[in-house]
Amino acid sequence: MNGPIRKVTIFVSLLLAALLVNTTWISVVRTDSLNNDTRNRRVRDAEFSRNRGAILVGNEPIAESVPRSGRFPFVRTYPDGELWSSVTGWYSYDYGRSGLEQSFNQQLAGTSSEQSFARVIDLLTGRQSSGANVQTTLNPAAQKAAVDALGDKRGAVVAMNYETGEILSLVSTPTYDPNLLATVDLGEAQRAWSELLNADDEPLKGRATREVYPPGSTFKLITAAAALEDGMVPDTMVDAPDSLPLPNSSRSMGNSTNCGGDRVTIQQAMQTSCNTAFGNLGLELGADKMTQMAEAFGFNQDPTVDIAAAKSRFPGELDEAQTALTAIGQYDVAASPLQMVQVVAAIANDGRMMKPYLVSTVTNRDLTVLSSTSPQEQSRPVSESTAELLRQMMVATVEDGTGTPAQISGVTIGGKTGTAQTAPDRPPYAWFVGYAEDPKVAIVAFVEDADVARDDISGGKLAAPIFRKVLEALR
Amino acid sequence: MSEQVQPAVSDEVIVYRKRRGVELLLLLLAQSFGFAGWIITDLNLYGELPSNLIVVACIWYGMGVAAHLVVRFLLPYADPIILPCVFLLNGLGLAMIYRIDQIPEPIKDDSMTQLIWTGLGLILFAAVIIVLRDHRRLQRYPYLMFIGGLFLLLLPLMPGIGHASGGAQIWIRVAGFSFQPAEIAKIMLAIAFAAYFYEKREVLALAGRRFLGIELPRARDLGPIMIMWGASLAVMVFQNDLGTSLLFFGLFTVMIYIATERPAWPILAGTLFIGAALAAYKFTNHVPRRVNAWLDPFSDYDKNLQIISAQFGFAWGGLFGRGWGLGRPGLTPLAKSDMIAAALGEEIGVLGLMAIIMVYGLLIARGFKTALTAPDGFGKLLAAGLSFVFALQVFAIIGGVTRLLPLTGLTTPFMSQGGSSLIANWIIIGILMVISHRARMPQAATAAPQEVGDLEAHTAVISR
Repeated sequence: MNGPIRKVTIFVSLLLAALLVNTTWISVVRTDSLNNDTRNRRVRDAEFSRNRGAILVGNEPIAESVPRSGRFPFVRTYPDGELWSSVTGWYSYDYGRSGLEQSFNQQLAGTSSEQSFARVIDLLTGRQSSGANVQTTLNPAAQKAAVDALGDKRGAVVAMNYETGEILSLVSTPTYDPNLLATVDLGEAQRAWSELLNADDEPLKGRATREVYPPGSTFKLITAAAALEDGMVPDTMVDAPDSLPLPNSSRSMGNSTNCGGDRVTIQQAMQTSCNTAFGNLGLELGADKMTQMAEAFGFNQDPTVDIAAAKSRFPGELDEAQTALTAIGQYDVAASPLQMVQVVAAIANDGRMMKPYLVSTVTNRDLTVLSSTSPQEQSRPVSESTAELLRQMMVATVEDGTGTPAQISGVTIGGKTGTAQTAPDRPPYAWFVGYAEDPKVAIVAFVEDADVARDDISGGKLAAPIFRKVLEALR
Repeated sequence: MSEQVQPAVSDEVIVYRKRRGVELLLLLLAQSFGFAGWIITDLNLYGELPSNLIVVACIWYGMGVAAHLVVRFLLPYADPIILPCVFLLNGLGLAMIYRIDQIPEPIKDDSMTQLIWTGLGLILFAAVIIVLRDHRRLQRYPYLMFIGGLFLLLLPLMPGIGHASGGAQIWIRVAGFSFQPAEIAKIMLAIAFAAYFYEKREVLALAGRRFLGIELPRARDLGPIMIMWGASLAVMVFQNDLGTSLLFFGLFTVMIYIATERPAWPILAGTLFIGAALAAYKFTNHVPRRVNAWLDPFSDYDKNLQIISAQFGFAWGGLFGRGWGLGRPGLTPLAKSDMIAAALGEEIGVLGLMAIIMVYGLLIARGFKTALTAPDGFGKLLAAGLSFVFALQVFAIIGGVTRLLPLTGLTTPFMSQGGSSLIANWIIIGILMVISHRARMPQAATAAPQEVGDLEAHTAVISR
């Protein structure tokens, strides 16, 4: 009988080997995906109970973990939650994270690979591990001005130092109080969540970076840039009829403002935000050049900012009619406010687009620097001379064009208004993008539910004052 | 063993070393694992040593020493590794149950109950050794054992006393105590098969018709196989328990194979079982649910919470585990019974779980070693069968918890909370120790077993 017993023994050892191999498989292959699963309560509880690092503006924390007693030893608090919610995002037990809480989660929680050495030291010395602090580039005055200026309107403001790419203000309104979601009273958090989620004005939307909207006439900056790069000059004459019939279609493009003649210079067209002139420019340049320019400015590219952001869209495979429409920022063009401020910043910075960033340094609690960001040139969408000509046109627009509401005496300001209509039954979007030479800052003001007439002047009237208030706060 | 060739009687005597002292040392070491787990749990949770440290130490180590003394005086030649392995597993199980007791408010004292069951198991272990003395006595009543075992196996299906839990109807409840009769049936059927097959091995091994190059047994000898197959099927279909049915069918198949040395039996039986399993998958609700929970647990998060939570536990524990008392094993339903392997994996890590699998492997290996050296065919069969049952059970439950196979409701031997399983397994260990003592006793190198007293005139002693 020993022969079969030996064979059975071999069979049994194969069974046990299978168990061991499978256990190895679990620890090597499956562990990461299981630990990253949002439903893994063990990981969630542990993270929620950690002493997370603070998010700082200057020396003031805008998000910090405060010790308490009970099931969770720390509670995440936001000293001025409403003001900074667009930046910090929320941090909750049941509803995940957003904003910087999400994009710097590992550093804040102390679980990133750079911190593994510190974790080992903590383990050996018996210290409670804690996360790193995140230092932002934001400017409290500008942030406050932006929130106040937007008031109860749905909209967004992004202000950026165009020489470095530091984001000085990032606001999406309506704001909300992240404390409501971060509370350890999970039932309370649940109520707050459903209230915020179902609110009519959708406060949880990240309008500044995570949503894309038709940029309207602000996109004419890119059309103008393509024209100048193609060898035209601001004095080049363009046809500006009252109505431009779109090729191969029954529709035609109209003007919402007075262009000041049947043939105007590009600069005049910019000042008056003349649709038909830019439509003609788009037809003249063709879809390929338009697409090239839009993509050089960052459309259809993955966002490089250190917070969750959406890709801005420039449609492909355009026929002539669509090309004319995209040239004035309609049809399927969609940009986030952050994308538009990057366009202006590149123009203001001699055609050099800087990588936008919110976080300047990440420091451990013992003040050793984990990582720091230095200004970094991202691309050169236009040449220096083109940028200069564009600035000249933008300054003219503010001095004597649709952008006059943005004027501040004694400051050189260039800008462009935009009023984008999407559907006849909803109010148009109001845009104003612009820059100042002192302080060196590019700002976009965007209002989603502009209750104004559908022309650029009124769009400028609504958005430009917001721009101005933020700029004044930065001076 | 169709042809029993008796070696010539020689004067050489094989003498195994008793190794009882080694056993005692190993035993104390093995017991310390569970004991340390218990202490570390308290240190981690409350920052102080358990208040009843001395009492528990006396009881726990006392149990080990008592078991050792019984073996030392009654079975001096028994295998020295088996008992330490069992105490190691049992201790870890106790410590983990104690640790999970600490989770709810107010804390429970299931570990105390489990300790009492362990004591009872030890008493039965000793009783088996004292009463049995020679395993060959078990050979006398194969049919009685067979009928009794089948009766116990199917008992939970009786209305009134059977009750279901977790979808499987494998318990009976009498006077407030619930009991899994299948655990006892396991032993009775193993004994019955061993006796019956040993007796009938010649008949069963007779070549019947050849089919596809396989020698099939004669039709009349297919009777017992069919009865067993039917019983396993009944367990699978009516008790909704794939694990138990696999266990019994596997035991049966392996024993008939060892007795007859005909590979046709396992092939035939395996085919039958696979057919039955496919049918069960087609026609029952329970089996497909389990299979789906195995292949794609995340498809229905709420329904497969148990297995998913166990996986999360493994991931959270990582390689070295969270440490005693520092994991969250309580998040997994039934962490003390079915999922104790997951709880251990979470707290002492994947490495700890692998070590536990290795200890099971060692225990099973010693069981098979006993089977190989046993002097009589019945002892061989019984030891091999019992060892195989352990192996299959460990494979099925740990494989189920780690998602190697569909989860079944089997207990983890010596670890899971549950008296019936613990007692039955201790009885099995008792029987294995008795066989092992017989197997390692000094005897002349012949196939005929004899008593120690017959060996006065030996001339040479070969030490192994």
